[in-house]
Amino acid sequence: MADRILSLEDVKVRFRTLDGVVEAVKGVSLHVEAGETLAIVGESGSGKSQLMMAVMGLLAGNGEAEGVADYRGTNLIGLSKTKLNTIRGRKITMIFQEPMTSLDPLFTVGSQIVEPIIRHQKVGAAVAKDRAIEMLRLVRIPDPERRMASYPHELSGGERQRVMIAMALANDPDLLIADEPTTALDVTIQAEILELMAGLQRRLGMGMVFITHDLNIIKRIAGRVCVMRRGEIVEEGEMADIFARPRHPYTKALLEAEPTGRKAPPPANAPKILDGTDMRVTFKIGGGFLAGPPILLKAVDRVSLTLRRGQTIGIVGESGSGKSTLARALLRLIPSEGAITFDGRNIAGLGRNAMRPLRRQLQIVLQDPFGSLSPRMTAGHIVTEGLLVHEPSITSRQRDARAAQALEEVQLDAALRNRYPHEFSGGQRQRIAIARAIILKPKVVVLDEPTSALDRQVQKQIVELLRGLQAHNDLSYLFISHDLAVVRAMADHILVMKDGRLVEQGSPDEVMDHPREDYTRRLMAAAFAA
Amino acid sequence: MLRYVIRRLLTAIPTLFLIVTISFFLMHVAPGGPFNMEKGIPPEIKANIERVFHLDEPVWMQYLRYLNNLIHGDLGPSYILLNFSVAELFRVGLWVSAQIGAAALALSLVVGSALGVIAALRQNRVLDYVVVATATAGSTIPTFVIAPIIQLLFGLTWHMLPIGGWNDGAFLNKVGPVITLSLPQLATVARLMRGSMIESLHSDHINTARSLGLSDYAVVVRHAMRGALLPIISYAGPAAAGLITGSIIVETIFQIPGVGRYFIDAALNRDYTLVMGTVVMIAVFTIVFNLVVDLLYAVADPRVRYD
Amino acid sequence: MTDAVSKGRSLWADAWGRLKANRAAVWSGVYLAVIVALCLVGPNLTGHQFSTIYQSYVRVPPSLSAYPKPQSLDAEIKEVAKRAHLDLKEWGAKGDRIFVTVTSAKPIDPRVTRYLDRSDSFEDSKVENRSDDGLSMTISTAVKYIHFYFGTDTSGRDLLTRTLIAGRVSLAVGLLAGVVAVLIGVLYGAISGFAGGKTDEVMMRIVDILYSLPFTFFVIMLVVFFGRNFMLMFIAIGAVLWLDMSRIVRGQTLSIKRQEFVLAAEALGVGSTGVLLRHIVPNMLGPIIIYVTLLIPQVIILESFLSYLGLGVQEPMSSWGVQISQGSRNMEGAAWLLIFPSFFLTSTLFALNFIGDGLRDTLDPKDR
Repeated sequence: MADRILSLEDVKVRFRTLDGVVEAVKGVSLHVEAGETLAIVGESGSGKSQLMMAVMGLLAGNGEAEGVADYRGTNLIGLSKTKLNTIRGRKITMIFQEPMTSLDPLFTVGSQIVEPIIRHQKVGAAVAKDRAIEMLRLVRIPDPERRMASYPHELSGGERQRVMIAMALANDPDLLIADEPTTALDVTIQAEILELMAGLQRRLGMGMVFITHDLNIIKRIAGRVCVMRRGEIVEEGEMADIFARPRHPYTKALLEAEPTGRKAPPPANAPKILDGTDMRVTFKIGGGFLAGPPILLKAVDRVSLTLRRGQTIGIVGESGSGKSTLARALLRLIPSEGAITFDGRNIAGLGRNAMRPLRRQLQIVLQDPFGSLSPRMTAGHIVTEGLLVHEPSITSRQRDARAAQALEEVQLDAALRNRYPHEFSGGQRQRIAIARAIILKPKVVVLDEPTSALDRQVQKQIVELLRGLQAHNDLSYLFISHDLAVVRAMADHILVMKDGRLVEQGSPDEVMDHPREDYTRRLMAAAFAA
Repeated sequence: MLRYVIRRLLTAIPTLFLIVTISFFLMHVAPGGPFNMEKGIPPEIKANIERVFHLDEPVWMQYLRYLNNLIHGDLGPSYILLNFSVAELFRVGLWVSAQIGAAALALSLVVGSALGVIAALRQNRVLDYVVVATATAGSTIPTFVIAPIIQLLFGLTWHMLPIGGWNDGAFLNKVGPVITLSLPQLATVARLMRGSMIESLHSDHINTARSLGLSDYAVVVRHAMRGALLPIISYAGPAAAGLITGSIIVETIFQIPGVGRYFIDAALNRDYTLVMGTVVMIAVFTIVFNLVVDLLYAVADPRVRYD
Repeated sequence: MTDAVSKGRSLWADAWGRLKANRAAVWSGVYLAVIVALCLVGPNLTGHQFSTIYQSYVRVPPSLSAYPKPQSLDAEIKEVAKRAHLDLKEWGAKGDRIFVTVTSAKPIDPRVTRYLDRSDSFEDSKVENRSDDGLSMTISTAVKYIHFYFGTDTSGRDLLTRTLIAGRVSLAVGLLAGVVAVLIGVLYGAISGFAGGKTDEVMMRIVDILYSLPFTFFVIMLVVFFGRNFMLMFIAIGAVLWLDMSRIVRGQTLSIKRQEFVLAAEALGVGSTGVLLRHIVPNMLGPIIIYVTLLIPQVIILESFLSYLGLGVQEPMSSWGVQISQGSRNMEGAAWLLIFPSFFLTSTLFALNFIGDGLRDTLDPKDR
């Protein structure tokens, strides 16, 4: 039998909340062997993170755990803090999702790595410092001696996550628990971190528990997979087996949740509907009395695009590449330079009032299904707000009927229209946001990362809904996303943006399968590499 | 950093100028004058006195004269306490007020932070409730209620402290005023500290520190408390300025010869120079302490950089 | 489609439910309601006018039993006899009346009963029996029992009635000045935040400057300038306390303006008025309500402070601040003069604070 480093038996986690006791983990048993990688997969709320927090003794104050978490003969659950502190940080370590907040902002990177080394290895400061530099070199931070004196805010997200890894590995642990370590990072960085972790794991021979919601990631690193749902493990097995022969219906649904299919392209002679030429958006940062001149940030720098009726243009790029800014500028929601033609009419110089009648033709659906709905209005009122502007003559009874109709169009129960946003799930909210745009019968809809905040399965449903609405209403979409699989399922034409500039464009097949630019190639490699 | 300090001091000048201007004209618009109330002053003598103090000139002349003197550091003579200049009054009174204020500030910061940390570590347990209730009481009960009650209990009933008076700064005479002055601040600091400590204890990097097996001391003191102290620093600036420039209530009730008590008398008696002097003093202290706090903040938090 | 349209629970309904579950806040609300009711109707029920002076009962301590006390009757009757220039022969109680026999060197005028009635302790005096030469007289009188549950002040006025009347003043000033501060603050802050840009910068710079004016100075100047006028005083208070409100409202406006639902409304073509009324104001109400409950105690304290310094309400009217100031001057031997108004003021402030905390817990969007 292989060397078992951690085995969980019937671990339960409960939280006392205002609404009563919530069972986050309902009796989970699993084990990890030395040198192997175990992936725990599940959607948000499945209890996968809380399970490992319980093992590490890191549950929030209102949480409690029971069961057995056996590390080489010691049950970690219920262990005294003093004894636990000789194991965590020494034998078992953990890295977290948010590199921005997981490091203490008030201490230098160096002192944060040195601290646990001195604590556990009982060595002097000089030895610990050498070890820390060695660790930074190991996680491939350039110029580690100088970086030791940097503060976390001076590092990029990827670098911070490398520092986290260095801290976690500095004491040669037996087991590393990684809780969604790449989720908050851009795709290209994600790939680098994953590769680094896989390489270090092989080299150092430690065990690893990798918690994630992303099936693509599992393919790259896991040996064994546990699928968790609602606090329970529904399926467990070797990675290849799970992908090839999923047994549990939930696992099957997860695997099928990848958006599939393609959109039928519009006819080649479809009329131009929206055209932006040489678009530029510049933000002013800082400046003022005695503070020196402001810094000018070119968020969008000379980008042109043409959208035809029935067409979907996908705009991809990492965060900060200017994709959302470009789309908002095209809708005249933020000031910009360059010509914008909508339906044969130049709208770049139109004032607020002149734009108003055109607004119903140019709609937008935003990323955050929590922030984009006013929390104190009912779903019905949210959906029909545009009618107040564009069809002021209709009665409130007619508006109510239109709200019901619009909600049914996005496959929501119309009876829910008197509910408030906080009573809906993320997917339902996004449907409400779509209904709000569709009710005005627009010609162009900007979809700004409409699926990014949603779980995979919900994502797929929204993608299908959007495609259906497009075919039915002859809509043109500008689809912004960093998720290339979704873009592939939605778009006829793709623009790749980086630092406000247009890097490459073409059909999905051209851009995704035969990228010309180095940046695009890296983006695709990170997203689709199996 | 030096450029920042210079810039801040330069921007303080127009603020100070505006404060002086508004106060000056507001005060002169109010009816009455420094020598109007004293009955029995024959008109010719009154006219003489007013001539000596240039009060017979148009208001704008007086204003320019005051500004000119102020730029040269001259706060003028007091109109009511005729043998003293405003600067002399401050020199004596400020020392008294500052002693009490500084002691009260130190007491509230140290004890308040400690109580806040204890409450945060025992969140939603008995000790926490006790601290929160005490802090609520401390910040709710006005000074003019606390002070006489302290006098009533410790002075009149138990004879532990003198009821009032300065007695050349004897220790026991300072106890009552310092406690009275510090209680509301102490309560506020405790509430503030509790809140920021709870937030700090819930932050992600504390989880990281725990996951690395660091000791409770390192987690709580080195990592959580240091971050939690930042809001206290911002609070301490205005609080310090307020405490050191004296309290009307405390100095009146405990009969202490500080600068706080001048203000009301001066305003009621139209002692223009003394009122203006007090306003300028408080404004300068406020500006300086806010600057000091911002600089301290930059030292304590590496994310804050001034250039 | 189902006909039964299900009813949603708005955030307000949610907050109300949670507030009802907060015991401290609920009891504070009840307590505050009781205090307000007492201050409104109480003075009519105590049987005393707030300005009536009882010369026989100056600085008497609080007592649940009525005045005059049996042991003080003798002294009181002697005092009356002395005032009437009569010699007291004897007195005694029979039934619920007291019979007093007096003598004099001169014939006694029957109208001397007035001397008894004029005292605060007796009423309904009658001549029962007058000797033929008029040199001796027996008068019967009823003892006028009066309650002073809180005792009386240094002028001999009922402290209970005065404390309740003072409460009216303190609460009214708190409420009215609070409203003034909120109105100015909300308008100013909302305009500044909504307009943004240069307008915002200038408006906030003005607030900054007002902030750096020594605050007490400002209020005192206003009071001195306006004269000691009740109405003007709370306008002065309101005019000073709006600064915090305007900053909070501006901050809220700015942060709500950045929310995606405002962007979505703009994309729908909704104009400024619509955005302001449908999106910004409803989402700002929570913080405003929280701040108002925290502001009212501040105003009450400030009013008491001014009154304490003698700059506020003037005699014979009173407020808790005036009473505390008088009480602290008389605490030696008459501690009740300090304790009762202090208790009323402090407990009211407590209740307001708990309500404020409760509202913050229920309305703060951080909870969700």
